[in-house]
Formats: sequence, structure tokens, C-alpha cells
Amino acid sequence: MDLSLTDEQRLLKESVERLLMDRFGFEARQRFMAEPAGWSRALWQSYAELGLLGLPFEEKHGGVGGGPVETMIVMEAFGRALALEPFLATVVLGGGLLRRGADEAMRSALIPKIARGVLLLAFAHAERQSRYDLADVATTARRDGGGYVLDGAKTLVIHGDCADKLIVSARLAGARRDRDGLGLFVIDADAAGVSRRGYRTVDGLRAAEVVLSGARVGASEILGEPGKAFPLIAQVADEAIAALAAEAVGAMAATHEMTVDYLKTRKQFGVPIGSFQVLQHRAAEMLIALEQARSMALFAAMMVEEPDPTERRRAIAAAKVQIGRSGRFVGQQAIQLHGGMGMTMEYKVGHYFKRVTAIDALFGDADHHLAELARLGGLIGAREAK
Amino acid sequence: MDLRFTPDEIAFRDEVRAFMRDALPAPIRRKMVEARRLEKDDIVTWQRILNARGWAVPHWPVAWGGTGWSPVKQYIFHEELQQAPAPDPLPFGVNMVGPVIIAFGSEAQKRRHLPRIANLDDWWCQGFSEPGAGSDLASLKTTARRDGDSYVVNGQKTWTTTAQYADWIFCLVRADPAAKKQQGISFLLIDMKTPGITVRPIQTIDGGREVNEVFFDDVRVPVENRVGEENRGWDYAKFLLGNERTGIARIGTSKARIRRLKEIAALERAGDKPLIEDERFRTKIAAVEVELKALEMTQLRVVAAARERNEPDPASSILKIKGSEIQQAVSELLLEAIGPYALPEETHDDADRWNEPPIGPEWAGPLAPHYFNWRKVSIYGGSNEIQKNIIAKAILGL
Ligand SMILES: Cc1cc2nc3c(=O)[nH]c(=O)nc-3n(C[C@H](O)[C@H](O)[C@H](O)COP(=O)(O)OP(=O)(O)OC[C@H]3O[C@@H](n4cnc5c(N)ncnc54)[C@H](O)[C@@H]3O)c2cc1C
Repeated sequence: MDLSLTDEQRLLKESVERLLMDRFGFEARQRFMAEPAGWSRALWQSYAELGLLGLPFEEKHGGVGGGPVETMIVMEAFGRALALEPFLATVVLGGGLLRRGADEAMRSALIPKIARGVLLLAFAHAERQSRYDLADVATTARRDGGGYVLDGAKTLVIHGDCADKLIVSARLAGARRDRDGLGLFVIDADAAGVSRRGYRTVDGLRAAEVVLSGARVGASEILGEPGKAFPLIAQVADEAIAALAAEAVGAMAATHEMTVDYLKTRKQFGVPIGSFQVLQHRAAEMLIALEQARSMALFAAMMVEEPDPTERRRAIAAAKVQIGRSGRFVGQQAIQLHGGMGMTMEYKVGHYFKRVTAIDALFGDADHHLAELARLGGLIGAREAK
Repeated sequence: MDLRFTPDEIAFRDEVRAFMRDALPAPIRRKMVEARRLEKDDIVTWQRILNARGWAVPHWPVAWGGTGWSPVKQYIFHEELQQAPAPDPLPFGVNMVGPVIIAFGSEAQKRRHLPRIANLDDWWCQGFSEPGAGSDLASLKTTARRDGDSYVVNGQKTWTTTAQYADWIFCLVRADPAAKKQQGISFLLIDMKTPGITVRPIQTIDGGREVNEVFFDDVRVPVENRVGEENRGWDYAKFLLGNERTGIARIGTSKARIRRLKEIAALERAGDKPLIEDERFRTKIAAVEVELKALEMTQLRVVAAARERNEPDPASSILKIKGSEIQQAVSELLLEAIGPYALPEETHDDADRWNEPPIGPEWAGPLAPHYFNWRKVSIYGGSNEIQKNIIAKAILGL
């Protein structure tokens, strides 16, 4: 066992952190949010130059061949900076689906473009009724000549408004909540029959509602075997959760540091408020919650490529539970300990709070994953009868 | 001992309930049910309806528009109002400055201000907190220098709720720079139209603009606008804060919110059934209901005791802490109920987009902002940490 970073990983961490420190201060973030895309294209190019956009991809596709730990490192830095860019949508979700599901022709056509920063993807999967159930897909894919016709409505498509291509899940067969019968289709975001409505989310990021009405895709634009997409969706959703867990840890760590700093500098009753023992204990509890979350983000990174899907699911579900709970506690207490300051839009800590709140609602909240973990028998097996 | 209301109290409750049902304008009720922000007009309209019925200031002396109700009836009234759910009368007037003027103000101040407070002809705001004086309110620095028949006020207040609407602000100021901390404070009533006052909005994390900074630059305030004696302001402030805390449990509001939560949970689906049938979610709601019932009983005990004591109870800190925790717990459950639809930012403030349909279910939009905004209830009115300090000192003698 070894929980330390390699030299290369340490280098990656330092360079991402430096880039964000130089280019992504809180004021810059406000500016980027006001750009047409809601984030910075220029910074996106810098991510590409640093190799971040090719992080999980093979070298032959212009990638750097990194694994979940590399993704964790980058996402944690993004969490600290409160990054706005569509890294999760394009690299983790879109890139993950292509990397694992596309044939070589599609991979070699699209992945190098992701890595160069010239192709943005989004995963159009959730639907109005699906809540957190990954198999709940009502959008249909009907065979038509050599290709497919897609009809349905997708919701909360993260960064779907700026995506060049959408990867759309649709049902080829089966009932609405069946795991069998799903397909994944790659379609141009401005293709005929695709309409989008973009909007901002509470954490300052972007999403879109997507309507598909008679949208056509060619036979070669399906990922994997038609009707058998669920395991791929579940795998990539777990990868997204592992990535979000790391992002949440970055956000929580920054939140905690800001709070401890505030306790040291804010004076009331003639003394720094950090001299009140009740606040010292609160800050200590926040640290405990943060470290528990960090441990589970690490666990998630190391388990996300576990070949047994049930084992993987248990681990990722457990991580999401911890992230949700720690995130809520750390976020709420940070606001509380900042008093009125914590409530203001101008001050960074509230934005961390909103991001961790949003992360809890992405790919299943703490309750959802706790129920799933319980259904799967928890993490510790009962003693086996001999 | 009898938990049941007397026949007279029941008749009263029914009367109030019927009034709330008939008199509360439907659009205001809808905003309240849905946890949407109210406009100034909503609050003014409603308070004037209450005042026309003689119910805007039930707790005031009858001579000034009070009803003479027993504490139990006052409790019933407030409970019914919150459960309607109707907006509370503007607290800065009717619960804060009004009672201070009644207890310590001059006859002229009473005649000038009380009727206008009751009818919300004047919108009041509370100028206590300053950048350097939050929990440690007595460290406030805003000065009032005596100059003939006036004070000249200089300094800054902050977190001033709805100062942008206000006609008047009541302020704690320091008229005697030599006096030590609590002793040098005076209580002034200041017309917001006086030259030298600047109001600057502060946006809160939910996107709202309910608080402000208020700057005073050589603002001349007639000495007759001082409440009570010079340098006794701290006593009046303590009196005011004691009153502020009793209203803060918001039991009726929490009941109304839990009803809303159940409504939403019946509409939201988790898998193949309504969320309300999900065992885990239902259990979480029930757990909050237990806490709320306990708080309600505690409140009733305080109400019953007030019949004999006639002064604010230090146990009101318990009401403030528990009340705020419960309100926040309900705001979390509302957020959880809408699942991923916590994400879209509401666009109703956005002039170009106000008529677009909402993203997701129409009930979802206000709930994330409500959750963010409601973090304030454990911060203002004396933070929950300060309340626990009060319990430790005043109740436990520690
Ligand atoms: C939405 C909102 C509306 C408000 N409206 C008004 C208004 O209309 N008028 C007005 O005058 N004020 C208003 N306030 C101000 C409010 O009363 C103050 O925010 C509150 O008193 C806390 O002060 P502070 O923000 O300076 O925090 P601080 O006093 O700096 O407190 C920071 C943290 O330290 C803790 N702390 C401080 N002292 C101690 C101690 N001795 N022991 C343990 N913990 C301690 C606090 O509990 C808090 O967690 C409002 C605040 C908010 C958030």
C-alpha cells in the first residue's frame, strides 16, 4: 500500500494549482461568469496546454494516460479555485464515455480534439422524472434506415449549453426503468431536431435543458452495443462521482482554511473570536469532517476502476454519502462562523457552500447513495458461515 | 393541567382562522406557501388589512391599538397567522421600536410614531449592527455629537434589513465618547430622508437584496428624536432584543413549511413511488415534527408562565435556538425533496426571462435560495452561539 503521490503527480498538482492561483482569483471568476459561455475560453486553452484536457486519455489520442488519481488531483484544485469550466462535462463524462464506449474510429476522431481544447462535450442523460435513477430513461431511439431517430427531453445537462456534441442516452427497448435496452448516441449539439435552453445553476456553473424531436444520428454514432449501455453509464457516473468528491474536498479544504483564518482575525469582545472554545471545537469538527471526506475521495479514486461493478458501486456510494454529509456540515458551519459576512455574495465562502450543496445534488445525494449502499449489503460483509 | 384550549379560546382560534382564510390576499398567500420573496407592497398591504381589523399590534397597550388579549390568545393569533401562512407584521416597527417607544418614549414620540407603525405608514429598519460590532454590539462606534438642539451623527451601520424601503431607522449611537462601553449608548430615531444618509445594498448568497450598509455623514437629528435618556440606550436595546427573541421560534411558520414539504414530497417521485412514501424520507420529516411539537410545548409553557411573570423569559433563548434549528432542518428537507432541481438558478429577477417557464417543477425554484437564505436565522437576532452563552450565564449561572 502506498498513499503518497508520485513525483509526476506532485508536479501535476503544483502546476494546476499555480495556474489557477495566477489566473483564477475570485475577481477573475466573477469576470469569467459574465463571459458569454459563463466561463473562460482562454483559461480552457491553458488547461489544454498543460495537458489537463487530455488527462485520462491514451497518448496515441493526444492524452497523457493519467488515471483516477490524476483526475482527483486536478478536480481538487478546481474545487479550491471554484473553477467554472466544463472539465467534468467534457473530459470526465463525455471523454469517459468515448474512451470506454466508442470504437477506435470515433475515439481517434474526437478524443484528440478534446485534448486540444477544441471539442466540448456534454452528457444528456437525466430526465424530468428520473431523479437519481440512472436507468430511468424515457427518451426513445427508433431505428430508421441506417441510423436512429431520437425523441425525448433531457434535463440538467451539465454544460450542455456550450457543448459542441451531446452524448444522449435513449431507450431502444424495454420499460422506462429497465437497465436493459439503453443506447448512447453522439450527436452534434446544433443538429436538426435538437434544441437547447441554457441557464445558470446556483453554484455559478451552467446547464441546459435539451429537447430531441426527430433528431437523426448515423449508425456509427452509437457507443458500444445497442441496448447494452447501462454498465457504461453506471461506470462513467461513478467516475464523475469520484471526480466530484475530489472537487468537494478542494472546496471544503478552502472553506475550512478561510474559516480558521477568519477566527484568527475577526475580533469581538476585544479578542479574536477564535479564542472562544466553542468556536475552536466547531473548527475542529469541521476539520474532522473534511479529513473524513478527503479519505473517502481517495478511496473513491482508488476504487473507481475496480473491475467488480458491485464492489465499485458500494465504494463510490459510500464516498458520495460522506462527501454529502461533510460538505453540508463544513459549508453550514463556515457560514455560521463568519456571521453576517458568510451570507454575502461578495465573499467567497458562500460560493463554496453553494458548490458543495450542488455537488450533493449531482449523481445522487447522500440519502440516495446511503439507500443504495444499504441495498447492496453495506461495506462490511457478515461473517461467513463455515 | 389541561392542554386543550377553553371553549372561548377555541372560538377565538376559529375566528382568527376564518379571518386569515378570507382576508389574506391570494397572491401573498401563494408567495408565502411557496417560500418566495415578498415585495414591500405585499407586506404593507397585509399589515394594513390587519390594522383595519384592529389586529396589527395585538401585544401593544389598548390605548395604542393593542387588543388586550391574554398571552394565550396572543399566542393563538400568532400561530394562526403564521400557519395561514401570512406575513408577520413588520417586526422592526411592531415588535422592536414600537414597544421601546411605548415603554420609554415621550408622549410626542408615541403620538407621532405609534399609529404610523401600526398601519405601516412608516417603514422602520434596525440600525444596531456595525462592521466592528456584531455579537459584541456594545462595541459600536457610530457617534452622535451634541450641537444645540441636534445630534450630529457619523458612522456606519450594516446588515440593515430593508433599509432600502425604510422611512425611519432606529439606531444605537454613542453620544458620550468618554463613557465606557455599555454606558455611553443612546437610542435615536432617525428620518431616512435626512441629508447625509447613504444606503448601499448587500447581495446575499441566495441572490436577494434584503440587507444594506447605511452610512451617516454629518446627519443632523433633533434631540427630541432621542428615546428616553441619554446614555440609557443599552437598557432599551436589551429590552428590545428580549422581545425580538420571543417571536423568533416561528412555530407556525415551520408547521406551514412542513405542510408544504409534504405536498411537494407527494408530487415528487423517487423511483416508482411518490417521495412521501419513501420510508427514509418520511422518517426524516417525522423526526423534525417531533422536535417541533416539543418546541411548541415549550413555547406554550413560556406563554403560560408569562401570564404570571409579565416580562421576557430567559428561556426565550431556547426558543430561538430550537426554532432556528428546526426552520433550517425543514429548509434542508425541502431542498432534498426536489433532488437535482436544487440546481437551476431562479431567473425571476432577470428582466428578459421572467416569463420563461421554470426549469423543472414549478415548486422547485425558490427552495435552494430559501435554504441558502435561511442560514441567517441562526446568525441574526443574537447568534445561536450567543444564545447558548446567555443560557449558560443567565439560566445556569456558569
Ligand atoms: C440576513 C441578516 C439580516 C440582519 N438584519 C439586521 C438588521 O436589520 N439590523 C441589525 O442591526 N443587524 C442585522 N443583522 C446583523 C446580525 O445581528 C449580526 O450578523 C449578528 O449579530 C452577528 O454579528 P456578526 O455578523 O458581526 O458576526 P460576529 O459577531 O463576528 O460572529 C461571528 C461568529 O462568531 C461567533 N461568536 C461571536 N462572539 C462569540 C462568543 N462570545 N462566544 C461564542 N461565539 C461567538 C458568532 O456566533 C458567529 O458564529 C442581520 C444579519 C443577517 C445575516
